[in-house]
Amino acid sequence: MSLRYLGKRILLLLAVMWTAASINFLIPKLSPRDPIKERLEQAAMMGGRNQTGLQAMTDAYSQQYGLGEPLWKQYLHALLKVVQFDYGYSISQYPRTVNSVIKDALPWTLGLGITSILIAFFIGTMLGALLGWPRSPRWLRAFVPASMLTSAVPAFVLGFLLIYLFAFQLRIFPLAGAYSRTATPEWSLTFIADVAQHAILPALALILFQLGGQALQMRGLMVMTTGEDFITFADAKGLRPRRIFSRYAVRNALLPQVTGLVMSLGTFIFSTVLVETLFSYPGLGNLINSSIQVLDYNLLYGITMILVFAVCIATLVVDLIYPLLDPRIRYEGR
Amino acid sequence: MSAPASQASSPTRPPGASPVLSVRDLRVEYSTDSGVVKAVNGISFDLMPGEKLGLVGESGSGKSTVALALMRMIRPPGRISGGQMLLQGKDLVPLPERTMRQMRAREIAMIPQGAMNSLNPVARIEDQIIDTLEDHATERRSKKVLLDLARSALESVGLRREVGRMYPHELSGGMKQRACIAIAVAMRPKVVIADEPTSALDVVVQRQVMDTILRLQDELGVAVILIGHDMGLMAQSVDRLAVMYAGKLAEVSPIREIFAEPLHPYTDLLIDSLPKLEDRGTFRGIPGLPPSLKSLPPGCLFHPRCPKVMDICRQEIPEYLELRPQQFVACHLHEERHDRAAD
Repeated sequence: MSLRYLGKRILLLLAVMWTAASINFLIPKLSPRDPIKERLEQAAMMGGRNQTGLQAMTDAYSQQYGLGEPLWKQYLHALLKVVQFDYGYSISQYPRTVNSVIKDALPWTLGLGITSILIAFFIGTMLGALLGWPRSPRWLRAFVPASMLTSAVPAFVLGFLLIYLFAFQLRIFPLAGAYSRTATPEWSLTFIADVAQHAILPALALILFQLGGQALQMRGLMVMTTGEDFITFADAKGLRPRRIFSRYAVRNALLPQVTGLVMSLGTFIFSTVLVETLFSYPGLGNLINSSIQVLDYNLLYGITMILVFAVCIATLVVDLIYPLLDPRIRYEGR
Repeated sequence: MSAPASQASSPTRPPGASPVLSVRDLRVEYSTDSGVVKAVNGISFDLMPGEKLGLVGESGSGKSTVALALMRMIRPPGRISGGQMLLQGKDLVPLPERTMRQMRAREIAMIPQGAMNSLNPVARIEDQIIDTLEDHATERRSKKVLLDLARSALESVGLRREVGRMYPHELSGGMKQRACIAIAVAMRPKVVIADEPTSALDVVVQRQVMDTILRLQDELGVAVILIGHDMGLMAQSVDRLAVMYAGKLAEVSPIREIFAEPLHPYTDLLIDSLPKLEDRGTFRGIPGLPPSLKSLPPGCLFHPRCPKVMDICRQEIPEYLELRPQQFVACHLHEERHDRAAD
């Protein structure tokens, strides 16, 4: 692979990041709300008396957070923050910095998100491959409507159902959170088991939602692939069905399936936000939700940029490993 | 009307030789929502060891379906609904799929129609040959032996050994077709079915590919069924020609006789429609279209387009008779003559 191609891809990644940074900066600014004023008013209300000089305080804090500056200055400032990977202080969790808040939440999201997307991709692809294979047993076809159902129901609705059934009615799994309130985070077997028990329901909601779509897509790709001439010829060669299935059909159907996985990352993150919120899971998704509610610009900004960055990197990685999957794709040079 | 099977099994073979493949009253049907399509409607023929038999017909006449049926590769909603396919005396029709799989490539092989897409795009050429060797192996062979066999197979079709390392997209159309031929004959089958092996290639490459097939056929002594619609190509390549029309055989004759004196009016028209050097500018086709295989006309299937149609053709199905030694035809024109000769 040539360095030139890599350079081009990285430039493209920077362009995407810049666009995302601009949009992320502008959209929350369209809101007429003022986070600092809201917070101070809230504090005042809790204090129980009408504080004077509220406006002056708001202005002072705004100045401190850089919110009083003209928009273009704020914009340049925001871009600088992206470049430096430093988003300053969280407005809602002051005096913590955005980076430290994200650092606490990121492992939970990565653990839940990556595990469930990989499981969903693996099982969904295998299931879809079997569904699209003419020699599969007939009873397997029952999974087609089932896949349609789970992929059509949003992940958070599946989450509601799971909570109601397994946490509320049957009480097999905990209702919410990433670990029990009584447990202390440490690298012990009991704590890990506790975390796993808490992760099962949110993971299941995400997996079920993704799996159906992955299975249906793979099924379509398999049906297309098994109609190809090289499958007919493989049959004529008298190959074992198992070999035709894996090395001829699945191997070829997998190529667009991998592309599909990358394309679905965006939807996946969206689902994770909702599912984490639903399960009060202390990950980035939950954090996004709460930072929108209190209009914590800085935090919101930091999280969205992290997510955009993650999707960009994942796309780049898949792009770079694609030549390993498909010999027809080669980046000039080598 | 007597069974056509008994008619066709009348002595057709040169003394001493027995056919490597005997097809008797083969029928293939496709069930569709709007009725049953009789794609192959009772055909019978013999194939001698080392013989080259051509199978021609219009698009949709059932040529490729015959090829798939002989490989036992008709997939639902299609099925072989009757008849026998005796390969060295063993009927392939009732064989369980597992046994049939082992026969493919080893006993009866196919050179595919669309060579452009017949190779697995993500596997090296040599690995695709090795796949065949491995899945038919009786004992384990080392990777080195297999590689050598695969590359030798490529050499036998005039490709360099290094081509084995390549992927299909790195090969030209002619090279791909040769690679397919190498795969098809890698197991030294008794019968090779070449389904329009040159249809996607330009004329020069067509010639090279045909030469390769015929040379291998000569060297290995395999019997070849060459399927196509190019009468000119057939005239150059085959010993005998079978003409298919609407799922039935109209005529089967040695290639010289069929061009000298075609027995069936359809064959006559096919040969007549070939462009000729002395008759430039005019291009004769056969008026009309083949019948729908869902609702076949009564009597002879060709009668709506036949210039020599008689009353009987509209009512009775002509029998498939051996009019002269080695020459079979299904036509009322000759039935009378046959009867008279028999009297």
